[in-house]
Order: sequence, then C-alpha cells, then structure tokens
Amino acid sequence: MRSLTRTLHADDLRDALALAAAIAVVGASFGALAGTAGVPFVLMIALSVVVFAGASQFLVVAVVAAGGNVFAAVAAGLLMNARHVPFGLAIGDTIADRWPARLLGAHLLIDESVAFSRARGSGPRGRAAYWTCGILLFVFWNVGAIVGRLAGSAIPDPAAFGVDAAFPAALLAMLLPALRRADARRVGLTAAVVALAATPFLPAGVPVIVGLLGLLAARTAREES
Amino acid sequence: MSWAAVLTLGVGTYLLRLVGIVLRDRMTVPERVERYLDLAATALLVALVATATLTEGGGFAGWARPAGVLVGAVAAWRRVPFVLVVVLAAATTAGLRILGVP
Repeated sequence: MRSLTRTLHADDLRDALALAAAIAVVGASFGALAGTAGVPFVLMIALSVVVFAGASQFLVVAVVAAGGNVFAAVAAGLLMNARHVPFGLAIGDTIADRWPARLLGAHLLIDESVAFSRARGSGPRGRAAYWTCGILLFVFWNVGAIVGRLAGSAIPDPAAFGVDAAFPAALLAMLLPALRRADARRVGLTAAVVALAATPFLPAGVPVIVGLLGLLAARTAREES
Repeated sequence: MSWAAVLTLGVGTYLLRLVGIVLRDRMTVPERVERYLDLAATALLVALVATATLTEGGGFAGWARPAGVLVGAVAAWRRVPFVLVVVLAAATTAGLRILGVP
C-alpha cells in the first residue's frame, strides 16, 4: 500500500475522482431503481458490493421491476460480463505480482479501471492507477447506490446531468494513447462497426463481445507477406 | 430478487474477472500474442464506447448523447485536461436535453 501512494501521481488521483463522481450519480440512480423495483435494502447493497458491474446490475433489477425471470436475467448479466476475461488476460500482470493482492484486485476489474490503467502504461504508474481508479469507483458506486436508495424518488434521472455521455467520452479519452497506433485504430474501428451492426439483433452487452471480431483487422503488412 | 440470484451473478462475475488473470499468469506470452491481447482490450473498449454512445436498448440513443461524446472527444484530442473532458461531455448533453433535444 505504501508503494501505491508513492507511485501515485496527483493528476491520476484527480482524474480518478472525476470518474468516481460520475459513477456516484449512476450508482444513485441504480439505488433509486432498486427501491422502485422492491429489492430489499440488504440485497441491493449485496448486489452492488458483490457484483460491482453496473450494466449487469441494472439489467437484473430492471427485469425484477418488470416481473420477469430473475435467473434468465442473471444468465444474461453473466454473458454481458464475459468481456472481463479478455480484460484480465490483457492486464493481469499489471494488477499485482502476488496472489493475495491479485485476488483482491480481480474484483476491481471494470471497464474504467482497465482503460484508466492502460492509458498509463504497464509499469508502476499503471499499477497505481489501476488500484486508485478501482478502489475509488468501488467506494463511490456503493455509496451512491445507498444514497440513491435512501433518497428514492427524490433522485433525478441521471440523463438530466448527461452522465450517459460522460462515460463514453471518458473511456474514449483514456483510449487515445492506445489509438496512436495504426493497427489499434484499424481494430478499434472494425470493432465499433461490428458491435453497432450487431446491436439490433443481440441481447444487451453481447454486441461489445462480438466487437472482438475487430481483431481480424489486426494483421500487419509484415505478417501478411 | 433472491440471495441465490445475487450470489450467482456475484460469484460468476468474480470468476470471469479472475480467469483471465489466472490464465495470463499460467502461460508465457510470446510478443505476438501479447500484441493481440492488448488489441483485444482496445477492441472491446472501443466497441463499448460506440454502443454506449449511439445505442440505447437496441435502438438509437438520440442526438444529445452522441453530441456530448463528440464534444468530449474533440476536447480530449485537443489535450484538454481529463476532468474537463468529462464535464464538457456531460454539460453538452445536459444542455441539449434542457433545450428539448432527445
């Protein structure tokens, strides 16, 4: 932990706090929705703490609210969260060197912490960034959910604050260093086109995984010859 | 909603997070594979940005959100500080919605 604070840049902490503030707003809307859906308070907190994957949590609670089959929703949520496997493959080394820390760090593996860390390389700064972003977002997400649950209908729609635009913009900003490479731009563009084309036909979260087909554009001229 | 549902989703998601990290630890990754693993993360994140920007529930998300993301993207490209990128994107979308843009 001491090494973490030593390698942490003030800029990185500030940037992670900006993300955390935005995620708290989304967490509050999740808490409000869980209240409306009649999910018991303790269950809602357990869901938020144990799952810590926003989109799949919203999916399950929305199905509960609509009176649908919870286990079908859980299966859909797990399918949605399958993207964490390639994320772990990509930055598993960055998280920690030793297993106790890795087991803890695995739970902080989310889209934002992956993008945040990768934008800062795979060295000590990338590692400190991963933990900082992961811990802050975990805390703010859960506190946001509790506040939202307590405030209930007093919570305005997060769409009014434009947070739904803040997250893609933030992810894109964090991807810019990676997209300086031509092969990454080709892969990214292909992934985006494939995922968008698949969206009307596939369940939520699956088009993103289909975006892995973007790797077909990874071949370099050197490999082809 | 039951404890069984919460624990199934929670434990399942944790295992999905862990499996990639374990696999990565178990194998010696040649440089070419390393490049593909890195590109896979890029592919997923860009696909996530694209779908989160333009789609909502399988359809078009409306104009306010992509406009906000575009403003944020231009700001990021112009090397505006990250905090401002987030604020500009959100403010643009929020402002357009106040003006009645869906």
